[in-house]
Amino acid sequence: MNDTVGIVIVSHSQDIAKGTADMVRQMVGSEVKVAFCGGNPDGGLGTSVSLIMDAINNAWSPKGVAILVDLGGAETNSEMAVEMLQPDRRNLVVVCNAPIVEGAVMAATEAAGGSSLDEVRAVAEELSAS
Amino acid sequence: MLETRKANGEVITGSVRLIHAAGMHARPAVKLTKLAKKFQAQISVRASDAAEWINAKSVSKIMALRAARDSIIEIKASGEDAKAAVAALVALVSADFPDTDQ
Repeated sequence: MNDTVGIVIVSHSQDIAKGTADMVRQMVGSEVKVAFCGGNPDGGLGTSVSLIMDAINNAWSPKGVAILVDLGGAETNSEMAVEMLQPDRRNLVVVCNAPIVEGAVMAATEAAGGSSLDEVRAVAEELSAS
Repeated sequence: MLETRKANGEVITGSVRLIHAAGMHARPAVKLTKLAKKFQAQISVRASDAAEWINAKSVSKIMALRAARDSIIEIKASGEDAKAAVAALVALVSADFPDTDQ
């Protein structure tokens, strides 16, 4: 079996996170692992470090995991979640500087072809560069 | 509609009419890119009237192609499996990007 980079979607909103993950699964297919989390544990808007860590572990692949985030706290909490992973996983997770929906679809498309974590990140971040 | 020929050296070309109702939008772009990535060959595409060839393995560039319905998509490839790559991509576009199990 060929490993592909996993994708994690972190939004302040559960609906946006789930909807983005649905788009990725339908457009790109099921060969890439996609996990998502959104909202705080009380069901309101927000992000949670522990839920992000769970999502990273659910999408885990030996090739690594690329995280797509929406606003401020989603990024800082994702970085915190990465820091708290077991040490051998930390260096295999990146938070992409890319728009959440477009970045997730592009990153997953790149990942489906078997690309490395650096290549997947670069494709997602192309969207911010231009 | 389907024309493949061996041009000078290793370059294989093909062209196909885009019949998709909405033209080359997001989902077809993802399918085309994913298929292109299965081949080792260097593959470029362009919409019939464009000056520039773009990398068929770059999903953002394919999506930005914005080819309209009925435009002709030209494909060229070079490398080991170039012939199979062009045939597969022409088949994908001419079959209107069918859903596959993969």
